[in-house]
Amino acid sequence: MSDAPAISITTRDLNLWYAKFQALSNITVDIKHGLITSLIGPSGCGKTTLLRCFNRVNERYGYVTTKGEIKLLGKNIYDPDVSLVELRKSVGMVFQRPNPLPISIYENVVFGIRIHHERSQLTRSALDEAVEKALTEVGLWKDLKDRLDQRATGLQLEQQQKLCIARLLPLKPEIILMDEPCSALDVEGTRAIEELMFELKGRYTIVIVTHNMAQARRTSDECIFMLMGEFIEHARTAEMFVSPKNPKTAEYIEGRYG
Amino acid sequence: MQTSVTNQRSPAPGRAAATRMKQRRGRLAMLGERAIEALIHLCGYSAIIFVFGIFFFVFREGAPFLAKLKPGEFLFSIDWFPTSQTNAKYGVGALIVGTLSVTGLAMVIAVPFGLGAAVFVSEFCTGKTKETLKVVIELLAAIPSVVWGFIGLTVMAPIIIKTFHVPIGVNMFNGALLLALMSVPIMVSIGEDALKAVPDSFREAGIAMGATRWQLIWRVLLPAAKNGLLAAALLGVARAIGETMAVLMATGHSVRIPHSIFDPVRTLTATIAAELGETSKGSDHYQVLFLIGILLFSITFVVNLTADLIVKGIKQK
Repeated sequence: MSDAPAISITTRDLNLWYAKFQALSNITVDIKHGLITSLIGPSGCGKTTLLRCFNRVNERYGYVTTKGEIKLLGKNIYDPDVSLVELRKSVGMVFQRPNPLPISIYENVVFGIRIHHERSQLTRSALDEAVEKALTEVGLWKDLKDRLDQRATGLQLEQQQKLCIARLLPLKPEIILMDEPCSALDVEGTRAIEELMFELKGRYTIVIVTHNMAQARRTSDECIFMLMGEFIEHARTAEMFVSPKNPKTAEYIEGRYG
Repeated sequence: MQTSVTNQRSPAPGRAAATRMKQRRGRLAMLGERAIEALIHLCGYSAIIFVFGIFFFVFREGAPFLAKLKPGEFLFSIDWFPTSQTNAKYGVGALIVGTLSVTGLAMVIAVPFGLGAAVFVSEFCTGKTKETLKVVIELLAAIPSVVWGFIGLTVMAPIIIKTFHVPIGVNMFNGALLLALMSVPIMVSIGEDALKAVPDSFREAGIAMGATRWQLIWRVLLPAAKNGLLAAALLGVARAIGETMAVLMATGHSVRIPHSIFDPVRTLTATIAAELGETSKGSDHYQVLFLIGILLFSITFVVNLTADLIVKGIKQK
């Protein structure tokens, strides 16, 4: 084993257009395995767009063109033989607003299992076990174990967001993408989600988009700063906040613009 | 919000403007305003007035017969001999069965088609295709029912005879097909609204977890839009039950309990339409036809109300 940490996601000269508008230009980054990496930058800088490239969920709008290369775990996800279903199975995503499905808590957690397996392969006990495991991992099991058949949309926002993380776990993703996962939550909820991120770190590569500088500083191991669709700087969080290399990064972190 | 309110009421310059405004508005203009306001109110209430008016009128015409009526015989007997000189019988059992069977069969055909089309328009089409389809489907709703009946009589009947080797082409199946075609547009447009109301975040959640298009529809969208789709189906039912002209022309119009879908039947609506002109005002026959009207009115009222409550249920959530 070498000392250099393994790389989970690499992009090479990634360009993306929404119709004629270029949202990403020549993005080249390496995101390390098992760490929490923040994508930061002012609104409209393309950080969410970049995040949404990693599971190709961008493409649901027909007018998106992508050029360049994204390698996830060594495989170019734009290769023609890549199955979107398999890609999305190994790359989980958490959204800005908690979006549990309007079905029971139990069904939300097993949703992923159900869509990726034949009905005949599923046993009740295996599903039960997966639900307990996933909910325990996000710290919801104690609170929710007696009301698994209730609708997930009736939970508190914080619980909803944890549930949205829990439902990714049974699929054993390699990477979890988080798009401002705390922006709809209060202080307590934010803390709970951040603590959960620390628990998950190491086993999963976590990429988080955040507007909140303090959050990026608290939670992430590394930061990537973007501006106007361009990559500016990638450094360890401590370094970036103390001695940013690029003057634009320094100005953004100091709050001169954004 | 608050700041904008205080801004509007900023005192000093406002007062002067207000006095000027008062002078400019003549008495005539004020009167016109009042009149228009009253007219708009009247339009709003007129819907209620008309519904009750119609119900009152139909009930007044039919009510006298209620005294002579044996409810059990009226509803369940299949003997419909209203014009018999010696022994007139008014059993609408066969007519109820006719209406329900034609409507039921129509729904068996229309619900999968209508809701399938709603899913297609809402989830698979974009831009121009979507707009074109919506317009065309709404055009389908604009075809007069007598034209549908005409098509049933002259186009579908021979086809049915040839395809299914049955002696009569105007039968329950023919009528049900027409009713299905007529209720599909309403199902599509209401079903599409219901699907449009499903938040996009649900779709993203499903897609991001690797759901295929079909899984997304089956496991996410249909459960999420279930109430709206149910309401769409019910409004289609209400439309089909009340339909008259097409079924009068295409179902064969014979009073009997059907044994197969290729038997001719007669519906409640068609009976009223066909016979009311032949009765003398105030006769038993005349009053019974109005009772049938009340029956129909109640059925569609219940169906519409249910659909409405279901739709309201969605909005509260």
